[in-house]
Amino acid sequence: MALATDSLTTIGSDSQSLGGAPVVFDNLTRRFGATTALDRLSLDIAPGELVALLGPSGCGKTTALRVLAGFDRPDNGRVLVDGKDVSHVPAQRRDMGMVFQSYSLFPNMNARDNVAFGLQIRHQRASQRRAKASELLDLVGLADHVTKYPHQLSGGQQQRVALARALAIEPRVLLLDEPLSALDAKVRAELRDQIRALQQRLAITTVFVTHDQEEAMSMADRVCVMLQGRVEQVATPSVLYSQPATPFVGQFVGVSSRVAVTRHGDHVEVLGREVPIRGDLNAVPAGELEALLRPEDLNVVVNPSGLGVVTHRSFLGATTRIGVGIAGANLRVDVRSTHADDLELGTRVDVSVNARDVLVTTPRPTN
Amino acid sequence: MTVLSDSASRTPPLGVSSLNGKSGSGGGGALVRRLRTSAPVLPFLSYVILVLGVPTVAIINYAFRSNSGHFTWQNIHTILSGGQFRTGFETSLKLALVTAIIPGILGTFIAYAISTSSHAPFKRISAATSGVLAQFGGVNLAFMFIASFGFVGVATKWLNAIGVDPWSHGFDLYKFWGVAFVYMYFQIPLMVLIITPAFAGLHPAWREAAENLGASRWRYWRHVGIPVLTPAILGSMFLLFGSGFSAYATAEALTTGTISITPIQIGSILQGNVIAGENNIAYALAFAMIVILLITVVGYVLLRRRTSRWLR
Repeated sequence: MALATDSLTTIGSDSQSLGGAPVVFDNLTRRFGATTALDRLSLDIAPGELVALLGPSGCGKTTALRVLAGFDRPDNGRVLVDGKDVSHVPAQRRDMGMVFQSYSLFPNMNARDNVAFGLQIRHQRASQRRAKASELLDLVGLADHVTKYPHQLSGGQQQRVALARALAIEPRVLLLDEPLSALDAKVRAELRDQIRALQQRLAITTVFVTHDQEEAMSMADRVCVMLQGRVEQVATPSVLYSQPATPFVGQFVGVSSRVAVTRHGDHVEVLGREVPIRGDLNAVPAGELEALLRPEDLNVVVNPSGLGVVTHRSFLGATTRIGVGIAGANLRVDVRSTHADDLELGTRVDVSVNARDVLVTTPRPTN
Repeated sequence: MTVLSDSASRTPPLGVSSLNGKSGSGGGGALVRRLRTSAPVLPFLSYVILVLGVPTVAIINYAFRSNSGHFTWQNIHTILSGGQFRTGFETSLKLALVTAIIPGILGTFIAYAISTSSHAPFKRISAATSGVLAQFGGVNLAFMFIASFGFVGVATKWLNAIGVDPWSHGFDLYKFWGVAFVYMYFQIPLMVLIITPAFAGLHPAWREAAENLGASRWRYWRHVGIPVLTPAILGSMFLLFGSGFSAYATAEALTTGTISITPIQIGSILQGNVIAGENNIAYALAFAMIVILLITVVGYVLLRRRTSRWLR
């Protein structure tokens, strides 16, 4: 489905762009009893930028979004929108559009009335709000569904209505709370592209919470990886993938294999090759170490007397992911599918490292 | 635009009919499948037919028979044309209305208080208490009120001691408002019991979505909460109406049959206490009650259908 962005005439001001406001999380702390959901969280978001808050369950990403929306108050710290401290401004006065995971459309209203609700609250004339709601529904590709009720719409359609509803009030910040997680894979991919296109078209500052790294990496200008209420790393998707700042980011974002290494000063010996250690050498823990290697950091060649054995293979399209058991480690290596025919299960292989540098961490505790 | 459909889920499962090359839901295979899936409810169905279906058919049959056994409209005409039966019917309807509306409103507020409370023990105790009190009717309840609010009841004495005498201000436990007062004792918890799940069905995210769009708490309730709950509240009131309309034992035990309501009149006729040999009038009254209760149930089901669609 193509977005009907050409029909965007009354949304926003002169240039069909809502314009985004800068958002700052300033040293936010939020505790729930003994649990610290946000631990001195600081993050700057530029106007018009889409930042994804990514992390495992319980990392504080949803709490951060709820604090920004005004549904929760921080114990310490401030939230600044457009330079103004909104920490104590009630949610209904923040002028932020939010899309919820569970759609949250009002069941007693049809699609158009749902979209027009925020305008009704703002005392817009009925004719104006009907026209604008219809236009927004057209924008999200639901022009034929304006009189349908939520229970008559599919999950993807409901989420589009929710998006139109959030945009109707012309917010300066758009908040997306795992908006795609309740949808099936095909609709999710489709809606992901639509949201991103719309966000870029309207240049609206957007904070997007997700636990799905693929979603975060494909949609966001920058991704903020969170763990235990703290920011682990904020970076563009490519930097996050290629230069993870911490072992957690290296493990959480993308696929990586662990292999035992020996440290020699600022290098480690990985699979027989000396490779520089990435990052702050002072932060490297003492004792046993493991290197985190991306599938593309490794090469594999067939060798009947090689130490590795192909244990697994998954066809991914242009590439095939090969699992290799070697020296007690299970490595995942990506090879071109056209070169993967020789790598049958049980084939003996040699594995080498082609990374410029590697991230090292302590071994996972064993049970 | 991509049309999102769940066409896959509508594909008929591979069954006997599809194996035979037939399509659609017709055919013997579908019937066998339907019978097989219905089997677990057959005992209950048999029970309902036996204790509800057969008596209903018998009542309808006798309601339109004269004493000599011929078809007649006379019984229906008698109860509708005026006199004690029509008065009894009107009093029953009035009692049912009063004991549906007042407990309906009070029960809704109590259910709201329960559903918004963050005090888990209060919620548990309220639910358990409502469950017990909603079933507490009949002779026990009547005796409890006579002992408490009767002319020389304990509560009446206490009230007298602080200078309040309800009996001298028009209160009479054995008249219409007294009976209504006693009915509310089980109607209010019944309402709480029925309507609480509807409150639980109000998604907190709706309130947050409304707030996010600029609505105050009141405007959320005005535009979303109350409209969403209205069918459930009305549907529950329909049930209370049915409960109040058909209650017999409590009113009989409380007033010893002196209040003129249809269930007591039916009992009196069938026991031969009033006019012997007019049993078919009692069946006509029972038939009229069935019609009223049927309307009540249909109203409840229609409203409940809408509610379940919204609050799922």
